[in-house]
Amino acid sequence: MADSAGAPRPSSSVKLVLLGEAAVGKSSLVLRFVNNDFQENKEPTIGAAFLTQKCNLPTRTIKFEIWDTAGQERFASLAPMYYRNAQAALVVYDLTKPTSLIKAKHWVAELQRQASPGIVIALVGNKLDLTNASAAAGGNSEEEDEESGGAAGGDGGDESGDARKISTEEAKTYAEEESLLFFETSAKTGHNVSEVFTAIANAIPETSLKSTRGPGASNAVSRGGDEQRVNLTGPRGDAAKDSCAC
Amino acid sequence: MEEIAPSYDVIVLGTGLTECILSGVLSVKGKKVLHIDRNDHYGGEAASVNLETLFKKYGNYQEGTKPWEAYGRPADWNIDLVPKLLMSSGELTNILVSTDVTRYLEFKQVAGSYVQQGTGSKATVAKVPSDATEALKSPLMGIFEKRRMKAFIEWVGTFDVKDVASHKGMDMSNCTMKEVYEKFGLEPGTRDFIGHAMALYLDDGYIDAPGKAPETIDRIRLYGNSVARYGKSPYIYPLYGLGELPQGFARLSAIYGGTYMLNANIEEIKYEGGKFSGIKATMTGVEPEMKFETKAPMILGDPSYFPDKAKVVGHVLRAICVLKHPLAGTNDADSCQLIIPQSQVGRKNDIYIACVSSAHNVCPKGYYVAIVSTIAETSANHHLELQPGIDRLGKTEEQFMGPPIPIYEPLEDGTKDNVFISKSYDATSHFETTTDDVQDIYRRCAGEELKVEGLREGVQMTEE
Repeated sequence: MADSAGAPRPSSSVKLVLLGEAAVGKSSLVLRFVNNDFQENKEPTIGAAFLTQKCNLPTRTIKFEIWDTAGQERFASLAPMYYRNAQAALVVYDLTKPTSLIKAKHWVAELQRQASPGIVIALVGNKLDLTNASAAAGGNSEEEDEESGGAAGGDGGDESGDARKISTEEAKTYAEEESLLFFETSAKTGHNVSEVFTAIANAIPETSLKSTRGPGASNAVSRGGDEQRVNLTGPRGDAAKDSCAC
Repeated sequence: MEEIAPSYDVIVLGTGLTECILSGVLSVKGKKVLHIDRNDHYGGEAASVNLETLFKKYGNYQEGTKPWEAYGRPADWNIDLVPKLLMSSGELTNILVSTDVTRYLEFKQVAGSYVQQGTGSKATVAKVPSDATEALKSPLMGIFEKRRMKAFIEWVGTFDVKDVASHKGMDMSNCTMKEVYEKFGLEPGTRDFIGHAMALYLDDGYIDAPGKAPETIDRIRLYGNSVARYGKSPYIYPLYGLGELPQGFARLSAIYGGTYMLNANIEEIKYEGGKFSGIKATMTGVEPEMKFETKAPMILGDPSYFPDKAKVVGHVLRAICVLKHPLAGTNDADSCQLIIPQSQVGRKNDIYIACVSSAHNVCPKGYYVAIVSTIAETSANHHLELQPGIDRLGKTEEQFMGPPIPIYEPLEDGTKDNVFISKSYDATSHFETTTDDVQDIYRRCAGEELKVEGLREGVQMTEE
């Protein structure tokens, strides 16, 4: 999905924010998407301002700027800056943990209240590797991705090895009611992960891509495109913040 | 999982800019930080608020009415409670760049920096000249004075405190700025805008102080370098208001492991053997309320959390005004600073006007937010003190003016009890004194100078 740049296509930055209860695998999903990597027992996120990854669509390239909450959601202290001009949000729950869906619904409501009206929201049930995935994976799964090798890190589950506590139906119905994109994923195996980001990229209206930063920046074609907008890092060294190593 | 740890390296109270920069820096340095605010928002006294919140804060409306509804969506307003601008070559800019907090924020230039000459009906407003070329075109001076000003600005550019040859025969370690002005034959009106609109002194105390000339020259240079960086004025301003700044540094702290909690009341600050030992607090706004105690070897915070450890050193007067037009005489600038030097209006302290608009996403299109401020010189009729500034605004749609705002300073430097208290935001128009306070507190609490350059280098990063 994230192949190296081919023919020049129009490219736009999209701010994507991650939300969800602690330990549902928000960072793991992003790590899988950005580096195609997975770390068992990953420590809570530290040190990343945001990660970037390109997503190439047939007619354009979307560069995701992926913002992690950095734990600021724990004591209800997420700053308005976090939602500001986010064009997409990934609301993650753990499909083996019912409380995490309740929390996810809370975040969806919060986004509808605080974020820009045109935001694309995807509801993602993660940890599909801890379930009898084949039964419930949903239409577009690719079986070869499905090395359901040793569901380690698993916290129990019934004798069939299925720890699922939230049915696909339940979450899907809710997602449809709220007009959210919906996926079940495994950051561990990589199942459906890039599909989530591609679906988001496709769902972002072309019109909202013209301005890099939301409604206020109506005539700013790109960062620095507006004559009065300043790039503080510019004059001091040319490691431009827009350059992307991925 | 969602628990407060039994101890931290440092507890920080209040999410004003000073506190947030400090917790950001301390977190990057590997300290375990717990940062708490009693309010439900970031920024403390220096937050940016929406129009509804502003009306409610000042209470200047009839019960049962909703005057803010006449002004579009309240959320489109981000009105600063403390008016300040960033010098584009100033220390806050350095800190923003070296900590990468620039990645969360966007800045725009402030369109112009202006100064008033004269008073009443004879008052004129003109752009502050920043270099020799502008000095020659400035309506602020007559033809001969322009040449003297040009010579002065060129000299400021070449002045080197260590090179006696550049001192023009003056004894720079002892002479006063008055002697320097006399050397160049500059008139009082010119001295006024140099000292107040370029060196940004709030009063005339700097003129007669021996040895103050090199500092004054440094300040004029900071002004000139800041203008040179982006061209229009020495100032830049963050989109969505100054309240974004503390949020940016709070995020920096959080991504380096800092723990953030809003809506928390501090019930007790505990001491052992005269030194700070820990806090007892309750987080509200959640069911059930969360009571907790935790320990740390030191605590930082703004003076409002330590009323018995701070003193009032003065009062600032401030009027926040909503306009539907740019300031007169500023070439329809979408944003500006206008300084009315004290001598022009018979005061001891300057009057500042900071004006921003929809160009900075602080209000809907067509509106301007202008804040008039000065240091209180009398004990009554404060609105009269601000009047020369209000006069410059023309018709105002709304005006918010509260009682004089006390400025606090800590009584002690904190080395005795490990309680390190910041100063209130002062009346200056920029953040240079705020970053001075950050450097000073860091030196006292960490026992070393804060080196901003390369702060994040060598710290393990997971990004990209």
